[in-house]
Amino acid sequence: MKKSVILGAATIAGLAAGAAMAGTVDDVKARGKLNCGVTTGLVGFAAPDANGEWKGFDVAVCRAVAAAVLGDASAVEFVPTTGKTRFTALASGEIDMLARNTTWTFSRDVDLKFEFVGVNYYDGQGFMVPKALGVSSAKELDGATVCIQTGTTTELNLADFFRSNNISYEPVPIETNAEAQQQYLAGACDVYTTDASGLAATRATFENPGDHVLLPEIISKEPLGPLVRHGDHEWGDVVRWTLNAMVSAEELGVTSANIDEMSAGTDNPEVNRLLGSEGTLGEMLGLDAQWAMRAIKAGGNYGEVFAQNIGEETPIGLARGLNAQWTDGGLLYSPPFR
Amino acid sequence: MTTLTDPPKEQFRLSMLLYDTRYRSATIQVIALFGFMLLAAWIISNTIQNLEALGKPVEFGFFGEPASYDINQRLLEYSSRDSHLRAAFIGLLNTLVVAVLGCITATIVGVFVGVLRLSNNWLIARIMTVYVEMFRNVPVLLWIVLAMAILIEGLPAPNAFRGENPTATMDLFNSVAVTNRGVYIPEFLFTRSLGDIHFFGASSIRFDVSLDLLAFLIVLGGSIFAMRKVSANAAAKQEATGDRPTIWYIQLGILFVPMIVLMTALGLHLGYPELKGFNFKGGTHMRNSLIALWLALSLYTAAFIAEIVRAGILAISKGQTEAASALGLRSGRTMRLVILPQALRVIIPPMISNYLNLTKNSSLAIAVGYMDITGTLGGITMNQTGRELECVLLLMLVYLAISLSISGVMNWYNNSVKLVER
Repeated sequence: MKKSVILGAATIAGLAAGAAMAGTVDDVKARGKLNCGVTTGLVGFAAPDANGEWKGFDVAVCRAVAAAVLGDASAVEFVPTTGKTRFTALASGEIDMLARNTTWTFSRDVDLKFEFVGVNYYDGQGFMVPKALGVSSAKELDGATVCIQTGTTTELNLADFFRSNNISYEPVPIETNAEAQQQYLAGACDVYTTDASGLAATRATFENPGDHVLLPEIISKEPLGPLVRHGDHEWGDVVRWTLNAMVSAEELGVTSANIDEMSAGTDNPEVNRLLGSEGTLGEMLGLDAQWAMRAIKAGGNYGEVFAQNIGEETPIGLARGLNAQWTDGGLLYSPPFR
Repeated sequence: MTTLTDPPKEQFRLSMLLYDTRYRSATIQVIALFGFMLLAAWIISNTIQNLEALGKPVEFGFFGEPASYDINQRLLEYSSRDSHLRAAFIGLLNTLVVAVLGCITATIVGVFVGVLRLSNNWLIARIMTVYVEMFRNVPVLLWIVLAMAILIEGLPAPNAFRGENPTATMDLFNSVAVTNRGVYIPEFLFTRSLGDIHFFGASSIRFDVSLDLLAFLIVLGGSIFAMRKVSANAAAKQEATGDRPTIWYIQLGILFVPMIVLMTALGLHLGYPELKGFNFKGGTHMRNSLIALWLALSLYTAAFIAEIVRAGILAISKGQTEAASALGLRSGRTMRLVILPQALRVIIPPMISNYLNLTKNSSLAIAVGYMDITGTLGGITMNQTGRELECVLLLMLVYLAISLSISGVMNWYNNSVKLVER
């Protein structure tokens, strides 16, 4: 596709410009706007609502960072990226951070020169099939036609899964989630595979979600998280600790409802350090004292964001599962604010 | 007394480079060339330096690594354990398949439409005009996407062929299945196959050649050679005696008998597609992505070719047609024997660029998930390895090589139909 050539050229140009680039924190402040890469549209994670406003779980991270750095949760320019274009967009400096349910892998972290700042959703790759097909396990999918989003880790997991189980399949590579949905619903493929959260989100938008089932097999570990360019550690710290602030806030019981009251000062020193009424954590980060308070206020703490966008009350209906706090038997564990 | 003296020999001075009109343009050109080279060198060194600063020096070692992804359409065997280079090679073949199929179809459709647009039949001429304007004026990407959407939404899924009362049935005596995953047609199978010969051992460009196909081609070539001999014999006899012997049954015999003998010896039979499990099995599977891309590219390019053909025909003066009819040639023969050979000289050069365009446009394949070289090397490989610069450079090199080969062949053909002036 011609796009990749242009993007490739843009990368080169971007890299050339990158040498002269100052810290991203300063760039964002000078611009007054955060350029945040998101999906082209995955309801619950990042999609424009009826008013054209971006909403979702990944979007909330972007807004929190914008609120922390710029003091305005709406000062975000959302840049839709596909599985194929996202890394080039980040490497070239077109976006400051990428919050696009991107799996943290060794080669992306080390070889592609990115910095994953944490995990905001612990996911795994699953399969969705029409109920009418009568399939109950992914191992019964011998000879099936499988729709996949190209340029993702799912493509590689899929090849490995079918190979190790010694069954055959026919891959249909597709650029975006919307196209995949169209092909899947038209019956051009039997199975749609991507991260289980993405499948749940996609299924929620179907006319008859009940006609489709997610197979029990989860064939991979997919820790999804926001990432930034390698080498700009100040910026990496800002994004990392904004995410940690959201997680810690839930653990410490700070919610968007009680945050104003709590920021005046509480008996818990860690809450005080987090919300800036004690200590100089914000200053160490190159921001002001209220950075974390604004970030949490933007959309609420991690639990609130989860419940609003993808939780069990929403059409997507995901349980917390692995994404519960460590105190509740999940994997969410923010380092201490000290 | 007059003395003739040579005019004083002008000394070359440095300032003349700027003030003497004889040298000035050369000076400017040299300076501009230097400037350009400096700019190019700056861009290249900057890129290399920055990539090194990023810890991503330019190197091609990743081509030997396993690709780890699968490709649905492949002419040669390939598995996810093969190298990135092999994947790129499979992609290259896919590009060539769609380019060759597209160029052939576009030429046939284009010539037809171009000639018909000049038809005296008002309706036919207008329909052709509408076709040309519609296809020429809409971006080819939209045609590709539209073709794919029609194939996916318009055709039945394999599921519809199942059960007691299927909503869809196979065509042509149960031999062809048209589904929204592609068209399954019967394939040729041999019970006593001669096998394959393998080339290039285990390297990335290894391929097999079917000995059955080779035998078929040899027999076909032999038959055609014999037919020519018979035909030349008949012509010689006609020259000598004025009587042309009837040879059509001999010709037919020469063409078909050896072929039938060969096919029976090899045990030819057809393998029919059959609904098994999730999909049709057996037969040849022409995927939707290939059909959509092929159709859209050829119909789009055919619209341009039609205009070129029309221009070529109109470039031949009316006197030629009139002279031909004065000789008693009918209109069909006038077109074939008088007009087209002359028109070809005008048609070929712009035709080359259309073939090149079609080939390059085939890089839009990813829009429908057709795994051409842009999809493998410039898509998944680039994405999974993060080697943008290397992949894009190589990709450009590949397209350059394909395009130069096409124009090389076409220029050779152009020279052979050129007017030979004495």
